[in-house]
Amino acid sequence: MAGIALPQILEEPIKGTSLWLDAAHRLRRNPAAMVGLGLIAIFVIVAIGAPLLAPYSPTKGSALRIDHFQLPSSRHLLGTDIQGRDVLSRIMWGARSSLWVAVLSVSVGLSLGLVYGAISGFVGGWVDFWMMRLVDIVLSLPGLLLTITIVLFLGPGLNTIALAIAVENVPIFARILRSSILALKESDFTLAARSIGATGPRILIRHIMPNALTPVIVASTLALATAIVDAAGLGFLGFGPQDPGTPEWGAMLTDTYRYLQSGAAFTALFPGVAIVISVLGFNLLGDGLREALDPRLKR
Amino acid sequence: MTSHLAARAAGWWHEEDETLLSVRELKVEFSSSSGRVHAVNGVSFDLAPHETIGIVGESGCGKSVTSLAILGLLPKPAGHVMGGSVLFEGSDLLELKPEELRELRGSRISMIFQDPMTSLNPVLTIREQLTEVILAHEKVGRQAADKRAEELLELVSIPNPKQRRRGYPHQLSGGMRQRVMIAMALALRPKLIIADEPTTALDVTIQAQILELLHRVASETGAAVMLITHDLGVVAGMTQRIQVMYAGRIVETATTRELFAHPRHPYTVGLLRSIPRLDESSGRELIPIDGLPPDLTRLPSGCPFAPRCAWAIDRCLEEDPALVPVTPGTRLQTTGAEATHRVACWNPATDEEAHAGMPASGRISAVSAQAAARATAAAAALHEAES
Repeated sequence: MAGIALPQILEEPIKGTSLWLDAAHRLRRNPAAMVGLGLIAIFVIVAIGAPLLAPYSPTKGSALRIDHFQLPSSRHLLGTDIQGRDVLSRIMWGARSSLWVAVLSVSVGLSLGLVYGAISGFVGGWVDFWMMRLVDIVLSLPGLLLTITIVLFLGPGLNTIALAIAVENVPIFARILRSSILALKESDFTLAARSIGATGPRILIRHIMPNALTPVIVASTLALATAIVDAAGLGFLGFGPQDPGTPEWGAMLTDTYRYLQSGAAFTALFPGVAIVISVLGFNLLGDGLREALDPRLKR
Repeated sequence: MTSHLAARAAGWWHEEDETLLSVRELKVEFSSSSGRVHAVNGVSFDLAPHETIGIVGESGCGKSVTSLAILGLLPKPAGHVMGGSVLFEGSDLLELKPEELRELRGSRISMIFQDPMTSLNPVLTIREQLTEVILAHEKVGRQAADKRAEELLELVSIPNPKQRRRGYPHQLSGGMRQRVMIAMALALRPKLIIADEPTTALDVTIQAQILELLHRVASETGAAVMLITHDLGVVAGMTQRIQVMYAGRIVETATTRELFAHPRHPYTVGLLRSIPRLDESSGRELIPIDGLPPDLTRLPSGCPFAPRCAWAIDRCLEEDPALVPVTPGTRLQTTGAEATHRVACWNPATDEEAHAGMPASGRISAVSAQAAARATAAAAALHEAES
């Protein structure tokens, strides 16, 4: 079957000097992934540049009734909330909270998960068995329930939310890495590498790890999306920053859901849209990465 | 090519005493949930330098396991070498330290695997994988290794090697990938190349090319080749000597010419009867070998082939036959063009029986009647299906 395609392949110049360059090249040609990357870029720029970009202070409201729940206008592009604060500014500052929780939870979860999974996969035997049973136990608990429990123990706040989400992520990353290592240890090319006399550490680093990491990279991109949703969910339930002034997308929904029927739908709509856009961005990028990092999937 | 073969054949006369590889009483077992699997049961054979031998047998007969055991690549922790020795250039590979064995793999003995689609690492370029072999064994610079990699790709006739080596395995066809695998196996001019079903995963049109290539590069580099296959057609053109394996033991061994002309073991007869022959004008029927290979967790006391054998006699069920010369009293010659024809059978087939594919009517014993009946029934069923 592959033999038939030979003549065309011969014509086509073979480019690419490294796996990562090739992956970047494939990613660039994927429109959905580029849209995702664009959304993430907006999200990150807004989050980092909020102090400069936000038109108003996110915390300063107004005592005047007339300033509350204003419809979007040229003065307040996304209107104002129950305390007369500018919704656009609060969303921009809220992006900081979401980005912080997402990055902190995934980086902590990833580093612990990789170490855990690598030990389990490489060592094998009884160590692997018991390490994976522990993972099973953690994964058998409903995710949100586990994070809520952890936040209850550690106290509310953005950092504890991030840690709780990280705890939820550790077994996921560990299991993905371990299962790819196990599969790759038995792969034909690992046997072939052993047959040419490659050393054990070299096989692990050069042959197994690059292959094992690709699903982890994809999973961590998707985990960023999940972390944003989880953080908003915990914020909505009141486990976020206890200072009501701190802008957080989930808490913004809490502030407003009581007033939905009295014409304040937009104050709930806009934070919701912000969550959807950022989550969509990471999901699109994650799917694009999945395709780009697998050289066997040709586009 | 013929003159080349003749020259090599002549060379054997001087190298007869010299053996490159000498496997003695190799036993390999696998632990499994259903008990110990006796995968290889006392295999002994010799291989002279520059010699090409074929190891033939059906799936699960122990041919691949034998080669993996030689290289110390048995899957762990299930596979164990239970006994025997593997002498290669004077040292016992089974006694070597892991590091010494690793040093030897790829440089003195290399291996070509069945499926080129999965035997190359998908995330590394052809160049990276080729230079890896060189860099794993020799202290040369990256540039020198690169240069060698390019020469190797030329040697295995990959068009446009400069371009090609920058590509990834998925950018090559199956045949091209197997060429890369052969290039990797040849990189350090090993003395022995073990090719484990190198053409099984390829198109028939590519198979011949790859075999031809393997033959050419082996003679150019002077490597001995152990060609493992289940396809007698593959070994016929390429090997000088054939060993037929069944249930983890060698049941017959002879030069290729001798084996095809005068098969003695009923299993070899069956194998030969089950491949189409173009050199016979009459449309001879293919006769499949009835039944299945024995369960290797519970080895029968007698000959393992007896339950499927039309030639079986009482003795076959009780005593396991040893691999002995077909003509008793011949001086034993284990390698080369004059290798002794040996068979492990109490009741070997005669030339006429081998040609007919079944024992002469007077020779069917009570024990084999059952098996013979099954064979006849199978042949009849085949006949019916055809008409």
